[in-house]
Amino acid sequence: MDFSTSLALIAPELVLSLSGLVLLLVAAWAGDRSARVVSVLACVALGAAFALCIPVVSGGLAGPDRIAFDGQFRADAFASLAKLMIYAASLAALILAPAFLERIRSMRAEYPVLVLFSAVGMSIMVSATDLLTLYIGLEMQSLAAYVLASFVRDNTRSAEAGLKYFVLGSLASGILLFGMSLTYGFTGSTAFDAIGVAVSGELNTGALFGLVFVLAGLAFKISAVPFHMWTPDVYEGAPTPVTAFFASAPKVAAIALLTRVLMEAFGGQVEAWRQIVVFLALASIVVGALGAIGQDNVKRLLAYSSINNVGFILIGVAVASTQGVSAMLVYLAIYVPMTIAGFVAVLMLRDGAGDPVERIADLSGLSRVRPAVAWCLMIVMFSLAGIPPMFGFWGKFVVFQAAVQADMVVLAAIGIAASVIGAFYYLKIVKVMFMDEPAGVIEPAGGQPGNASLGALLAICTLMISPFGFLATGWLGALADRAAASLLLLA
Amino acid sequence: MGGFPILSLMLLVPLLGAIACLFVGERAARSIALAATVIDLVLGIVLWARYDIGGAQWQFTERADVFAGFAWALGIDGIALMLIVLSVFLMPICILASHSINKRVPEYMAAFLFMEVLMIGVFSAQDIFLFYIFFEASLIPMYLIIGIWGGDNRIYASYKFFLYTLFGSLLMLIAMLWMVNVAGTSSIPALMGYDFPADAQVWLFLAFFASFAVKMPMWPVHTWLPDAHVQAPTAGSVILAGVLLKMGGYGFIRFSLPMFPEASADLAWLIWTLSMIAVVVTSLIALVQHDMKKLIAYSSVAHMAIVTIGLFAFNVQGLEGAMMVMLGHGLVSGALFLCVGVIYDRLHTREISRYGGLATNMPRYALFFLLFTMASVGLPGTSNFVGEFLSLAGAYQVNSWVAFVGTTGIILGAAYMLFLYRRVVFGEQKNADAAAMPDLAPREWLMLAPLAAATLWMGIYPESFLAPMRSDIAILDARLARSAPESDARLAIEAVAPAEQHGGDHAPAHGIDVHGGAH
Repeated sequence: MDFSTSLALIAPELVLSLSGLVLLLVAAWAGDRSARVVSVLACVALGAAFALCIPVVSGGLAGPDRIAFDGQFRADAFASLAKLMIYAASLAALILAPAFLERIRSMRAEYPVLVLFSAVGMSIMVSATDLLTLYIGLEMQSLAAYVLASFVRDNTRSAEAGLKYFVLGSLASGILLFGMSLTYGFTGSTAFDAIGVAVSGELNTGALFGLVFVLAGLAFKISAVPFHMWTPDVYEGAPTPVTAFFASAPKVAAIALLTRVLMEAFGGQVEAWRQIVVFLALASIVVGALGAIGQDNVKRLLAYSSINNVGFILIGVAVASTQGVSAMLVYLAIYVPMTIAGFVAVLMLRDGAGDPVERIADLSGLSRVRPAVAWCLMIVMFSLAGIPPMFGFWGKFVVFQAAVQADMVVLAAIGIAASVIGAFYYLKIVKVMFMDEPAGVIEPAGGQPGNASLGALLAICTLMISPFGFLATGWLGALADRAAASLLLLA
Repeated sequence: MGGFPILSLMLLVPLLGAIACLFVGERAARSIALAATVIDLVLGIVLWARYDIGGAQWQFTERADVFAGFAWALGIDGIALMLIVLSVFLMPICILASHSINKRVPEYMAAFLFMEVLMIGVFSAQDIFLFYIFFEASLIPMYLIIGIWGGDNRIYASYKFFLYTLFGSLLMLIAMLWMVNVAGTSSIPALMGYDFPADAQVWLFLAFFASFAVKMPMWPVHTWLPDAHVQAPTAGSVILAGVLLKMGGYGFIRFSLPMFPEASADLAWLIWTLSMIAVVVTSLIALVQHDMKKLIAYSSVAHMAIVTIGLFAFNVQGLEGAMMVMLGHGLVSGALFLCVGVIYDRLHTREISRYGGLATNMPRYALFFLLFTMASVGLPGTSNFVGEFLSLAGAYQVNSWVAFVGTTGIILGAAYMLFLYRRVVFGEQKNADAAAMPDLAPREWLMLAPLAAATLWMGIYPESFLAPMRSDIAILDARLARSAPESDARLAIEAVAPAEQHGGDHAPAHGIDVHGGAH
């Protein structure tokens, strides 16, 4: 395999990193005046990378000729489908930002550049087939994310969020590295396929410890319980567009990465890790649901909701079959627009002084003040709760179907019963918006800057998770099936 | 029948009406809602008229494979037909009854029209997941109807309604996933003929039971019903009692009995016990209520227990009786809630003691109320008599104790209903404001007269309603024959002609097995 073929395979990453570097220089020389231009160009770069991934996904490409750099990197349909979601979510983060950041005069040209670098890191994560590539991608994503979390640097909450994210993220990276070194030490390789061969027989204690530490490190990144503590604080403190980004793109990347590590490197030892993943899944569902009940801040509530959703996604991983991986991808594809729509709706609400509204109590009577936003947010809430006919139901449906097909009926029953707890707090938001009297905090729809783009984004995302989404089930299922097949082809 | 997708059209009309309502003002929303429901009523009548009695089991079928994993498959048999007709009949009356609603009318009308879409969808779905989607989705509009337009304690009632029913349905979803995985099809007609292993049937039955028992509702999971009924606006109560409760009964007759016949027989004791307790306990509770709506809500629980008694009698009489009770109760309890609504709109209280002597100033109202009270009691000549008689006659063939306790429910029912009627309509006029209430307005005539006519029609000539269902009930009875529990009657002489329906001819070994499992 020559070098040019490898370069061709990483075309989306090349586009993103080169445009990121160029835009960084533009930002450095032209200063913050160029923020808008840089944003638009970053959007174009993401769009180009998105377009480059489409043929791989629609063709379901897989196999040895998608491997680049002697097994370090694989651009198969699985990775490319995850990349499509990551790029779309990053694009949304770029569109959301100006409305929020310009008002507090924090819209600087670095923002789009950081999002681009983070997107590169996530691309590498989902394509990594070697522990070292994995680590490079993960750190690249994380470093950009730490800065983004504290992007409003004169706001103490934002700075606190960045610091907290950095400290806990470094700890997670340390744990991950420790696990990787153990795995390397006991299997003699950092490549996933070689690890897979080495652990195919009996799993020795050292490698098992390696697996546990790797899993723990990655669980931090996807904020699965019991490694979720940072999530509510970071989500609350970070600027809302950044929170929307954190809740969508890195989740997709980290879960796809986790799946690849488990299915490829440890695919022969399903029994060794399944119980860990099952525990993470059920604990996330329950703690995410219970934790959300007491929250009075919408962003914290959405943080717990994302923990809860990760639990459902992990059920797909725990199934450890083509159906499970496919179901997980379908869930992610629904989860991303659902989450973004939730944050966009929150972003669109302003009080009389033009400040963003974050308290749940302030949403009282929203259906009278901003009916369109209230109806969209209601669709999001019922969708997150998994109530048909909203499309969020379909994600849960396929995940539980995969679990039942793999004879994990008890897991499915417990998971689904716990989702009733989650329904309680989603209902609370609907109740506050529709059944309470208006609190008089939120301003009626006005001409706030950037509202047109936010409104369009909200409309698109809401349409995707509305009952019309069911019309796409066949197409989405076929794509996810092909992507899942490409992941398991070599495993 | 022609290929015209009349069922899809019946779903589409209220859906479009609902969307249109959201974008117009108050007066226009009322007109749109009334027009959409009347069009659906006309379509429902066309459906009934064109239904070929004795023809194919599934008629008006349509199928479009537009989804992954399940299909847009619609079709009805006689049982579904009657429930759809009941739904579309009640809807225009509900819209008329919503005259006193004056806040957020467009959203209210939209919620009701969405509700109608989902009700028709539940009864016409031929794909198990499509059924689930409609079944579960009906929670959303009802949650909003109770929560936004309900009484003082509406928030609590709406949460309780939502979470109770959601929990039940989710367990059912897992069971459905398992069944489809094993049987390899999600088509309801195919699943109705599939024989699941007997040990799995018990679990599946219990999962479905969790959902339908809550929806029905059966004692002891009925407690959401009085709260929801009392807090819901009048039209909401009518739909809740008239149609939503029937989804539970429909679920038993469409899923539990034909799909899990062995488990149904094994667990019939459970249903019987719960039904017997429900009949007596909720009737006694109804007797001491001060709130009119609560009283009728508890009477609904008691009537629904008669339905389950009839369903689990495993014979034609019982099944037909259960269906007739469902239809009759749909009309009568809806009508009773409307009667309460009529005087509630005038005095804004549901306290029984605030009324009295209405026969003097509201004689026409008193007449209608009397008719529906008598129908609820099960007086011959009214709808409920036919159903209750058949149900209990069916139950008597299987277990005379169940029939005995069930019949006490009828007596207690007469007690609480007549007691209610006496306190509200007869006696002296102790409250001046109650004594000054005007008699029925033309709009209220328009609501109550069709219900009264239908109640009498069903009581005097039930054949119109039984005929479309007869062959479907016979098919179900044939399917149940192999597992029906043995009668507890110790007949001294052999019956002249062995009754085929109640499984007198099944293998002895099997009969012992079933009986052994039942105790």
